[in-house]
Amino acid sequence: MDHISWLASIKVAEEEREAFVASFNSVLDYFHQLDELDTEDVEPTYRVVDLTNVFREDEVRESMSQEESLRNAPRTENGYFKSPRIV
Amino acid sequence: MLRELKERLGAGASAEEMVSALFSKIKKSKLNAYSNLSEDSALERAREFDKTPWTGLLAGVPIAIKSSISTEGIETNCSSRILSGYIPPYDATVIERLKGEGAIIVGKTNMDEFAMGTSTETSYFGPTRNPWDLDRVPGGSSGGSAAAVAAGEAPCALGSDTGGSIRCPASFCGIVGLKPTYGIVSRYGLVSYANSLEQIGPLTLSVEDAALVMEVIAGHDPKDSTSVKSDGGYLSGLNEGVQGLVCGVPKEYFGEGVDPEVEKAVWGAISRLEELGASWREISLPHTRYALAAYYIIAMSEASSNLARFDGLRYGLRLGADQDWHSTFSEIRAAGFGPEVKRRILLGTYALSAGYYGRYYLKALKVRTLIKQDFERALSAGGADVLVTPTMPFPAFKIGERIEDPLSLYMADVFTVPINLAGVPAISIPCGFAEGLPIGLQIIGRHFDEASVLRAARAYEEATPYHETVPKEVV
Repeated sequence: MDHISWLASIKVAEEEREAFVASFNSVLDYFHQLDELDTEDVEPTYRVVDLTNVFREDEVRESMSQEESLRNAPRTENGYFKSPRIV
Repeated sequence: MLRELKERLGAGASAEEMVSALFSKIKKSKLNAYSNLSEDSALERAREFDKTPWTGLLAGVPIAIKSSISTEGIETNCSSRILSGYIPPYDATVIERLKGEGAIIVGKTNMDEFAMGTSTETSYFGPTRNPWDLDRVPGGSSGGSAAAVAAGEAPCALGSDTGGSIRCPASFCGIVGLKPTYGIVSRYGLVSYANSLEQIGPLTLSVEDAALVMEVIAGHDPKDSTSVKSDGGYLSGLNEGVQGLVCGVPKEYFGEGVDPEVEKAVWGAISRLEELGASWREISLPHTRYALAAYYIIAMSEASSNLARFDGLRYGLRLGADQDWHSTFSEIRAAGFGPEVKRRILLGTYALSAGYYGRYYLKALKVRTLIKQDFERALSAGGADVLVTPTMPFPAFKIGERIEDPLSLYMADVFTVPINLAGVPAISIPCGFAEGLPIGLQIIGRHFDEASVLRAARAYEEATPYHETVPKEVV
């Protein structure tokens, strides 16, 4: 649980832990019914529509202004997004 | 319905009066169908329309939009605390298309948080109520859109469908809901939950209305790399009837776990289609029982990746003083997401983590192949043209009845998720009532054959009264 919580960047409070673990176990048990199926020779389906690479000219187009881009940001400084300290 | 509305507008009826009547109805409503309204911009646009009417497939037509679809200048919060107050700086492609055909956006509808749910109970802003019985859920996750349309709080709406999120609420609220073929409608501007499964689609009072909205929103979009060309023509073949149409009835969609009243109504619908000139035969989709597990593994895995972007840095919730990078984001996400969203992100993270990828995610993708092949076989040339099933195994359940037990809630999606795994189109239309609650009929088609789905739905609708029955609670 601690490892998954760290990977997902979601803090799990002590009082939530028990309920989460219980529901995870019942859902994972349910998932295990897939083990009944032999899928040894089956290819995975990542997408249902075939994709082909699309090329276009590398032309400059209009984009969002700096002001617009920052409008929803809760913390900004000097026209930048302000992040927590990294180091 | 939309045609009559357009005729009234064309004959000089005031769009402003129509839109303000809608707002006064919404404000008196007990349903909680909307999370926020765009009253000023809608009224202004209606006044402009009255002054100089424009043309377009949806000229002057009010429409409600699910809160997961970006609308420039109108709050789009996905019914989540973490996006509360977020105002998109751009329109989703479907919104550009709606505006291009003259529609008027009246507001954003309540939904399960980030579209994760079957009942609209996981919304941070409280549940939406079912207009047929206020103690019951409207279905989900596009519950607000469906309740609004069923109760006359919007003539039509957009929803999104990842594992049934358009068809389930359409079924529970007694209206029409179409999940288009994957790729036909651009997802640009749709807040992603499970990107390989979801599509935007219409929720309407009639099949013709659904076809009309499809005519507007479908089509290739260079901004969505999974979008494909649409030939349109959703309206043109609508009234050609079902003479000679072969309906497949998958045996796995009946029996244990299905409410007998639902079965009775769906078999009644099959007989009615037969009277109208279609034929039916029993078919099998042998991997149906594995669809739910495969769906949830894929959806949760994709969610864990797609929802990684919500960190309170560029938009959304930010709490207290910043600490180190990881603690700050972990606390914002803990406070900003509700329990069901956390559960799905955490489970998806687990399914993708080192050592488990092959057991869960890869396994689910392989099972997806088997399910897709089931549909391809059933709908192959010489097989069935469409498949006919119940949309939901039971009518709308009570608010609070299933929310404490996630697995029992997931089980409700058993007949809708296989369609998203296969990427085929499917519609839900009303086909009867059980103790006053609507029952939905699901009609499934081949990839890109919305035409047959809509034609069968239209023929059935024309021969039955269910779509004209209105919930009493809200009259």
